[in-house]
Amino acid sequence: MAAFLARRLGQAVLIVAGITLITFLLMYLIPADPARMIAGRNAPQSTVESIRQQLGLDRPIVEQYLIYLSNLLQGDLGRSYMQRTEVGELLWSRLPATLELMAGGIFFELLIGIPAGLAAAAYRGRLPDRVIMVAAFVGVSAPQFLVGILLLYVFAVELDWLPLRGYGGLDNLLLPALTLGILGGGWYARMMRSSMVDVLRRDYIRTARAKGAGAGRILVVHGLRNAILPIVAMIGLDIGIFMSGVVVVESVFGWPGIGQLAWQAIQRLDIPIIMGVTLIAALAIVLGNLLADMVAPLIDPRIRLRA
Amino acid sequence: MRLILRSPTAVAGLIVIGATILVAVLAPWLAPYDYREQLFEGLTLEGAPLPPGGDFVFGTDTLGRDLLSRMMYGARTSLIVGVVSNGAAVLIGTLLGAIAGYVRGWLGTAIMRFTDLMMAFPALLLAIALAAIIGPSFWIVALVIALVNWVQVARVVYTETTALAEREYVEAARALGAHHLRIVGVHILPHLVPTMLVWATLGISTTVLLEATLSFLGIGVRPPEPSWGNIIFESQSYFTSAPWLVFIPGVAILLLALSFNLVGDALRDALDPTQRGRR
Repeated sequence: MAAFLARRLGQAVLIVAGITLITFLLMYLIPADPARMIAGRNAPQSTVESIRQQLGLDRPIVEQYLIYLSNLLQGDLGRSYMQRTEVGELLWSRLPATLELMAGGIFFELLIGIPAGLAAAAYRGRLPDRVIMVAAFVGVSAPQFLVGILLLYVFAVELDWLPLRGYGGLDNLLLPALTLGILGGGWYARMMRSSMVDVLRRDYIRTARAKGAGAGRILVVHGLRNAILPIVAMIGLDIGIFMSGVVVVESVFGWPGIGQLAWQAIQRLDIPIIMGVTLIAALAIVLGNLLADMVAPLIDPRIRLRA
Repeated sequence: MRLILRSPTAVAGLIVIGATILVAVLAPWLAPYDYREQLFEGLTLEGAPLPPGGDFVFGTDTLGRDLLSRMMYGARTSLIVGVVSNGAAVLIGTLLGAIAGYVRGWLGTAIMRFTDLMMAFPALLLAIALAAIIGPSFWIVALVIALVNWVQVARVVYTETTALAEREYVEAARALGAHHLRIVGVHILPHLVPTMLVWATLGISTTVLLEATLSFLGIGVRPPEPSWGNIIFESQSYFTSAPWLVFIPGVAILLLALSFNLVGDALRDALDPTQRGRR
């Protein structure tokens, strides 16, 4: 186990290093001159030059990357062009809102996906199964901004049950979290169904049935307990899809998280912020995968810790 | 093919896709108005857009342009981006996956580690970063999507190729002295075609959604060139007074993405015998 973990950890570190290389190269490719952007349009050339020197932008690219890397290791993600603040600080202050949104999203996708998948498996091949599977595809195919705007329109504008925008209370969280959860709910319903269908063909289910256990008991006690574990392990792998969804959902709902920060940064071409968010998101994904790797053998001991 | 036609949902999907292609191709003849023209009669006296009905079947947008005509031309954008960028993604993914799976060794490892790396990159954020750096345009969107989408194809193809490369007939071909290129071209690639077909279909739905999302965020296809995503982007702040400007293109995106998903799923079931009988 320790060797397996060490190996996985090593791979994760390598991947993160690779990601910093990509973000750095992307920043290097920008046609706009960062020194000019910081100095402002009307600043004299001498100011621009001194900023360039200050930032080390006049040095060779390899040296710049090493500086970028050592800054990152010290938690320094650079400065925002427009807001003149540390990107690290900005991200840190926005992170709680995003984590709250993600937790809400995971809650809804499991709440939608698991019962739906269970019902589809129980009625396999019959009408409820077909309806649920098509509905799951609709959830997966719906653009998240559309779902968000639709929910806003129905529940906040027409019915006026929930606040239109804002952050803080549970009532604020409900719609954005549900928007995130609908997409994931579709995937989880499909995975839950196929996992459950697999389990229901096992011998121990036949045994339980032969012993006269009721259909409901077989489904929940014998089936669900075994079928749900691979699904739970999937949450870790989901982070990537979530990070993309977060940008859209936060910009639709005005949710003050890192996704909204990224969206605002796009509008102003504030590259350091965009890179910072990308880096954080990639880190979260690597961490999520690592977690999934660690959980998988705990769930199914037959997964011998192959690296 | 017969297996696909047996699934009613896949048939519905095929019909939607076919209709969309038809409308996109025939847009210059079908569109009732010029999609760029800001029509005087397209706005109310107060300057508000017209709701669906009457002369304008889908209503007009905030500049008085006919929404139906814009939707028809927007279908072209969605389809071209979908086919071009996803086609490129499938080709890149197949090529890299097949090389990595057949050659293995350090080259294979390097390619697969690189795909791991790209897997860890959040697709939308990478697209945003690239679009922000290079500047938004139609072809940038296609490029960004191709860059993001090839990863999954490469992984699936890699797994399949490693399995195929160990089959007896491949070994036999190798023993007979066949060139590597011939082995890959004749004995391996044809077996990958079903996978490529499935991903070519499923991937378009991701692509259509991603294009719409990028355009919605204002970094995709630039107005006045219409795309279903940027129609929503242009009018989202009016969604309480003119909801049709958001919902009509939104539903179109949903239907098209859904159709490609349904057809791709049926295709996968039809081409993969191990999945048969599971339904």
